[in-house]
Amino acid sequence: MAEQLLSISDYTVRFHTPDGYVHAVSDMNLNVAPGEKLAIVGESGSGKSQCWMGVMGLLAKNAHVNGTASFGGQNLLQMSPAQLDKVRGREITMVFQDPMTALNPTLRISTQLMEPLEVHFGATRAQAQKEAIDMLDRVGIPDPATRFRQYPHEMSGGMRQRVVIAMALLTKPKLLIADEPTTALDVTIQAQILDLFNELVAESGTSLVIISHDLGVVAGIADRVGVMYAGRIVEDAPVDALYDTPAHPYAQALLHSIPRVDRAEADVKPIAGRPPSLMRMPTGCAFHPRCGYATDTCSNEVPKLDRVATDHRAACFYPLTSPADERVAAHG
Amino acid sequence: MADPEILLDVKNLVTQFDVSRGMFRGTAPLRAVNDVTFTLHQGETLGIVGESGCGKSTLGRTIMRLIEPFSGSILWQGKQLTELPPEEMRLARRDMQIIFQDPIASLDPRMTVGQIIGEPLSLFEASLSKSDQRARVEETMDTVGLSPEMINRFPHEFSGGQAQRIGIARAIVTRPKLVVCDEPVSALDVSIQAQIVNLLKDLRERYKLTFLFISHDLSVVRLVSDRIMVLYLGRVVEVGDKDVVFDHPAHPYTQALLAAAPIPDPKLARQKQRVPLIGDPPSPLNPPPGCVFSNRCPMVKDACHTAQPPLHTARTGQQAACILVG
Repeated sequence: MAEQLLSISDYTVRFHTPDGYVHAVSDMNLNVAPGEKLAIVGESGSGKSQCWMGVMGLLAKNAHVNGTASFGGQNLLQMSPAQLDKVRGREITMVFQDPMTALNPTLRISTQLMEPLEVHFGATRAQAQKEAIDMLDRVGIPDPATRFRQYPHEMSGGMRQRVVIAMALLTKPKLLIADEPTTALDVTIQAQILDLFNELVAESGTSLVIISHDLGVVAGIADRVGVMYAGRIVEDAPVDALYDTPAHPYAQALLHSIPRVDRAEADVKPIAGRPPSLMRMPTGCAFHPRCGYATDTCSNEVPKLDRVATDHRAACFYPLTSPADERVAAHG
Repeated sequence: MADPEILLDVKNLVTQFDVSRGMFRGTAPLRAVNDVTFTLHQGETLGIVGESGCGKSTLGRTIMRLIEPFSGSILWQGKQLTELPPEEMRLARRDMQIIFQDPIASLDPRMTVGQIIGEPLSLFEASLSKSDQRARVEETMDTVGLSPEMINRFPHEFSGGQAQRIGIARAIVTRPKLVVCDEPVSALDVSIQAQIVNLLKDLRERYKLTFLFISHDLSVVRLVSDRIMVLYLGRVVEVGDKDVVFDHPAHPYTQALLAAAPIPDPKLARQKQRVPLIGDPPSPLNPPPGCVFSNRCPMVKDACHTAQPPLHTARTGQQAACILVG
């Protein structure tokens, strides 16, 4: 097996609340290969953001994190804040959804862009300035030298997101985690930003984890997709396999529930019900109350994320990739 | 005489705001809706698409006179809406309702579901007895997929999808003719969006509703609309039959917009040719001279910088405001 860049195993995120523990992420096992573009798909509350905030040590104080997240031979979850500071913003960087709140409104773009270079590499002001302006140019900001001296409010949302991406790439990270990076943007700007990610990631060899609720965005950028539901990865597959032959009923239902701009047929199939509250999780498979294939087994036992095909895993007792007669037999 | 099939006939509508230029520097006019003309037939759904700031929500609110128009005409069932006396305007609102984007924020947190859905009835059907009103509210809750037992609950007890069902119940309880749907599913999760879209389609069928469906999400608009109107910087750039506009877009902006829309199919996504659109839309305070799209248009000609082109009929049947069309 090829060397993994990041290897997450038996990873759990719990929050301590007055009403007891809430499991935001349960039993997660996931790898990110060097140069890979991995998308994490899920709806609100599926844990798709919290798991990466946990890996980066950015969770609230009432969070309890267990398991390992091995990055370059070190467990990120066991690092002291000082050790983590050497990794964060240097080897692993993040891009957030809202480009306005990700930038400090009281500081010029220049100050914010040069900071990581000065902090992590001890670059001189002149060096940092040159590299930062070059990077602004590479992310497609016109007249970068002028923009460099501006404040965030002088820029549009798309422009600000480009600045955030420039900042995230300046230290030549090994891993870039982008949490809904285009959700706040208009569709024409979204297309520009996704093209930019595709280009820059290919150029620099950086691995990309992109967290998104949008299966259209994911189809256009990812090599591999992890689907999350109620705090668990329910499917992990190469992008083509997920869209052509989804193995988990949730992944299939999700694909059937989205309308398509390129097709005239006028129907979508909604998923009945809604995702469970993390405070009141159903027993067994969390999807079983909404699943058309569920049996008694599904309401009693939690299915493991198992291999269903080459490089394709699903957490389901009756994966859709197995022949239909096997599924019927299993039901009987 | 007015065609009874035409519910709404909008001509040269302009909505203008006065925006402060800064202290002591007076105001500048901002045309959020600029010279918009369209008709809405009984029972049809007109989808209005465009990016942030294109004026799509302002247009929806102006035709209901929630924002007063600056100029132009709004004929509602043959009557000039802007000239209606206050009492008649109030009564007209019974027939035109609106569903908002943020399902929780659009509900009064201190009112129960029963009070929220019952309020339009108290306003427009005051003669209804208390028990009849309650019966209508319960029936409407059932219609939109809410259990009538929840009638005494408060908005915070509901999920986004359920809260949007309350907003929809409030909009249809008076059996209106027109419902303006302003991004009704944008705030909802993917699996819930489809539930609400299907609910809106069922209600349209059942009560013969006419929808003005405003959304930035092209795939949702394609799913529910009969006709599509594309706005850019307050102007109509293209309008026509849904499938014609989506399959044979005529205006370069519509082409770019559709090319940028993500498709949930990795193979198609890899093949897709994007029309590169550079930069951001200009500020409506400072539109480019000539065609509103001229400074971003990949096919721009010299003539585009002189005047805003009117709508031309394209070979495929729709209308587009571009000199290259027709």
